[in-house]
Amino acid sequence: MTASLTMIGRSIRLSRRNFDLVIMAIVLPVLMMALFVYVFGGAISSTQSYVDYVVPGILVLCTGYGATSTAMSVTDDMKKGVVDRFRSMPISGFSVLTGHVVASVARNALATFAVVLVALLMGFRPAASLAGWVLAMGLLLLYVLALSWLAAGFGVVARSVESASLLGFFMLFIPYLSSAFVPVETMPSFLRAVSEHQPITPVIETVRALLNDQPVTSGWLALVWSGGLLVAAFGWATWLFGRINRR
Amino acid sequence: MIVETEGLTKRYGSATVLSGLDLKVAEGSVLALLGPNGAGKTTTIRILSTLTRPDGGAAQVCGFDVVREAAAVRGVISLTGQYAAVDEEQTGRENLVMIARLRGFARPAARARALELLERFDLADAADRRVRTYSGGMRRRLDLAMSLVARPRLLFLDEPTTGLDPVSRTTMWDAIGDLVRDGVTIFLTTQYLEEADRLADRIVVLHNGGVVADGTADALKNSVGGTRLDLTFSCAEDALRAQAVTGGVADGVTLSVPSDGSAVHLHRVLDDLLTAGVGVLRVSTHRPTLDDVFTSLTAVAA
Repeated sequence: MTASLTMIGRSIRLSRRNFDLVIMAIVLPVLMMALFVYVFGGAISSTQSYVDYVVPGILVLCTGYGATSTAMSVTDDMKKGVVDRFRSMPISGFSVLTGHVVASVARNALATFAVVLVALLMGFRPAASLAGWVLAMGLLLLYVLALSWLAAGFGVVARSVESASLLGFFMLFIPYLSSAFVPVETMPSFLRAVSEHQPITPVIETVRALLNDQPVTSGWLALVWSGGLLVAAFGWATWLFGRINRR
Repeated sequence: MIVETEGLTKRYGSATVLSGLDLKVAEGSVLALLGPNGAGKTTTIRILSTLTRPDGGAAQVCGFDVVREAAAVRGVISLTGQYAAVDEEQTGRENLVMIARLRGFARPAARARALELLERFDLADAADRRVRTYSGGMRRRLDLAMSLVARPRLLFLDEPTTGLDPVSRTTMWDAIGDLVRDGVTIFLTTQYLEEADRLADRIVVLHNGGVVADGTADALKNSVGGTRLDLTFSCAEDALRAQAVTGGVADGVTLSVPSDGSAVHLHRVLDDLLTAGVGVLRVSTHRPTLDDVFTSLTAVAA
């Protein structure tokens, strides 16, 4: 327990002092949102105000992307020999990875806060009740936690920090094949099939419905996807960490 | 025996890194594992410090099996790897407190231990600066201090001075010497013969995954022969004429003659050459260095 807390403290301190991570976690999401609201927003029409439509999508995209920075920090530790030091000490692999994961969740919570704040300034007017906010943020938290563990696993197997950062590109790209920016009904049928059945769509739909106070239709699906991903990713990452000694 | 291995093997793909390594290290001693790059030094340390599993054979550290009782092994050892494993963006003090907390020290005890080590390793002035600003020597000292937080019984040092300037190297050697006096068993790898000569009680030369020599620095030096005289002549013909008189091996204008290093022997050689009418330009006596040992051993094994 002390080990995990110490590792969490370390990772948070390191993130605070790593300017690149702060930029990636906060500035990028805000810029993305400005891009979608001001540049594309005029061309993309929707029955609902586009700001209200796109902000939940941006939140999910950015937290997903931010979570992948966990992979880079884990790989960095592996390559620098820091993981070797920790592995030669009587502490569990779980606490080493937990530090990175919790720091990632904290960075993304901060980023989410910043995005919501800027979104409100840009005219985002969510109709959600307090309960809606709490549920939406809770779901985002679960989603970020799951993706952070997934990223931690990638970080263990990645050959270099550069290859670990590739995960970020995927996470930046995949949400476009979802209802994040445009309703899936507007896509060609094969893309629509992909978009409707990938895990990010129910998460985005649920967050959007909760924030805009609309009926939630895919809440359980979002929960099952995120929870299932969390369990699988956690198991995978800790299993991989335990097998480093076979290399 | 604090370290005991039997028939340790490790392969990476088709490359055999260790081929049946047998090693015993007594508690309180300093063992240097010497060998060229790729001889298996780092792999041996990685197996003994539980970072890598052997493919075959067995290894015990402080009586615990490194595979089956890895957690127990980790409790009594410390590892300082080839690259200073320190957090650049934390200060020296934060790095040390972190390790102390991970080793189970309560917060005040962790802070006290960090301060003690900062002072001992001459890092107190830089304690609250980020490690990013440290010199290479300071990083290595911090790295070593981090390995000593929990007072290990056995300390692994993987090439502790590689890449350091001569002054920092001497400082590291002094620090390691202090540990030996405290009774810590040290298992180090090095490519520097001078380092092994200076620090180790016992040197094991590793080549192609196996032990090719094992003994004290002196014993190893004696194994390649004692002192020799190097005589220099004005031309190769003189060297050959001298060889006919005194024996030895001529190579160009020089002739190497085995010797016991005594003045009497030197006198006799010079007198014999004077009688034979061969003029000697220069004489030097040459005591074998570990470099000679190394070169002859690895040449034979190859």
